Amino acid sequence: MRCNICGRREATVHLTEVVNEKVTKLHLCEECAKAKSDEMQSHFGLAELLSGLVDFNPSVSDGQLKKNLTTKCPVCGMTYYDFQNTGRLGCGTCYETFSDKLSELLKKIHGADRHTGKVPYRTAKTAKTVVNEKSIKDLKDELSELVIKEEFEKAVFLRDKIKDLEEK
Amino acid sequence: MKLNDFLCKKSEWLKASGPKSNVAISTRARVARNVAGHLYFNRADNTERKRTLQTLVSAVKKTKMLKKSLYLPINDLSKLDRNFLVERQLMSREHMVDVEHKGLVVEENEIVSLMLNEEDHLRIQVIQSGFSIMDTWRILDEIDTELANYVSFDYSDKFGYLTSCPTNTGTGLRASVMLHLPILSMTGQIENVFNAISKLGLTMRGFYGEDTEAAGDFFQISNQVALGHSEMDVLDNLERILNKIIIREEASRKELFLKKKEEISDRIFRSYGTLKSARIITSSETIKLLSSIRLGIDLGLIKDISIEKVNEVLLCMQPAHLQKINGREISPYERDVKRADLIREKLVKK
Repeated sequence: MRCNICGRREATVHLTEVVNEKVTKLHLCEECAKAKSDEMQSHFGLAELLSGLVDFNPSVSDGQLKKNLTTKCPVCGMTYYDFQNTGRLGCGTCYETFSDKLSELLKKIHGADRHTGKVPYRTAKTAKTVVNEKSIKDLKDELSELVIKEEFEKAVFLRDKIKDLEEK
Repeated sequence: MKLNDFLCKKSEWLKASGPKSNVAISTRARVARNVAGHLYFNRADNTERKRTLQTLVSAVKKTKMLKKSLYLPINDLSKLDRNFLVERQLMSREHMVDVEHKGLVVEENEIVSLMLNEEDHLRIQVIQSGFSIMDTWRILDEIDTELANYVSFDYSDKFGYLTSCPTNTGTGLRASVMLHLPILSMTGQIENVFNAISKLGLTMRGFYGEDTEAAGDFFQISNQVALGHSEMDVLDNLERILNKIIIREEASRKELFLKKKEEISDRIFRSYGTLKSARIITSSETIKLLSSIRLGIDLGLIKDISIEKVNEVLLCMQPAHLQKINGREISPYERDVKRADLIREKLVKK
């Protein structure tokens, strides 16, 4: 589909505008969308257009949606709602916190949600493994405590979680 | 080495020494990286930003590849100096605002530059002369790998390198080549290029233009996708497509010159005359005329000016450069006069 403004480039941003109860649908290329977002910058930006890609999800109920949007990243305190407004994530942990929604968004942007490129030689990966090892150790301690207290239901849940982590 | 030393030096990418310099001006590639366990710039307070900056600066100091480089805290630079660095393509416009705890590292030949605390904690950029995508990536990859010995980057097995904006998630890589396509532009074939590349995961925009219309037929083409393809796949794709565009431009130059020799020669020599005689000239007129000169050199019509010289004038005629060269702030009108002076000096004097 061609861009509605320049009529030249492929439209990649699809926008619905409501002015005086009149609905207008716009299909824009990235450049015209940028120009348009500059025009409306005080209350509307490309970041919002971009995050608008995942705004609409009919399979999720309103209550669920609200809950999803107000879940806070435990490290930086960002909510998905904040991200939708700024288009920028707050820290690496945001990627875990909003993993499902981001997968969906990344698929729309890149056509894929799985990295197949360079793997850092000595980086976050080792750091992450260290964190994992540490948390597995903590969880195991917690598990033996639960067993001692004979809280088996919780113990089974925890055992599965540890298993999952170890497989990763 | 000081910032002003760059004024007397030629950036490596201007030298027109790279492959296909008749059509390709420069190749640029950058990766976006974030320090693991640090909040991203938009979310970080001043203490956190300072901590990130210190972590990165100390990592850079440990590297061998960046031994001969200049470190510039952006906060300490004048507005003019910041603009100067943007014009030299060593940093982005975004890096000029909210400057506290932002830094820039420039390697002595201006091939490598690092923006610290931009949108992402680290942006590593490599810029080379001509059409040399793989070579540019090789340098970038080496620096990235060396730096990773001294600082842990945010990375997930699933999503790859984690970035502040999801458009960069994965490889964090964006590579671009600046092309000079006067004939594809003149004959309207550029429209087809526009349409075709957007379907192939690439994007194209005019360059050096102050308006939306690209002045002087300079276009920057880059990849858009960062996830789901390896760096080599993305770069290989970009290289193959650009190669086709370059070949097409070259063939069209020859073909059109055979058909419309007088028209084309007339346009080129008129541009040549104007540039060598003008006393007042705007930057957009300069770009248009230099575009013709560049074509004239490739067609063998102009022999006393080199492509390197044209590249140099394209850089130096920009506002911040004119002011740095003259050593003071200059009003826009006076800049047009100084610009004409500079062009005559560079093009007429041997």
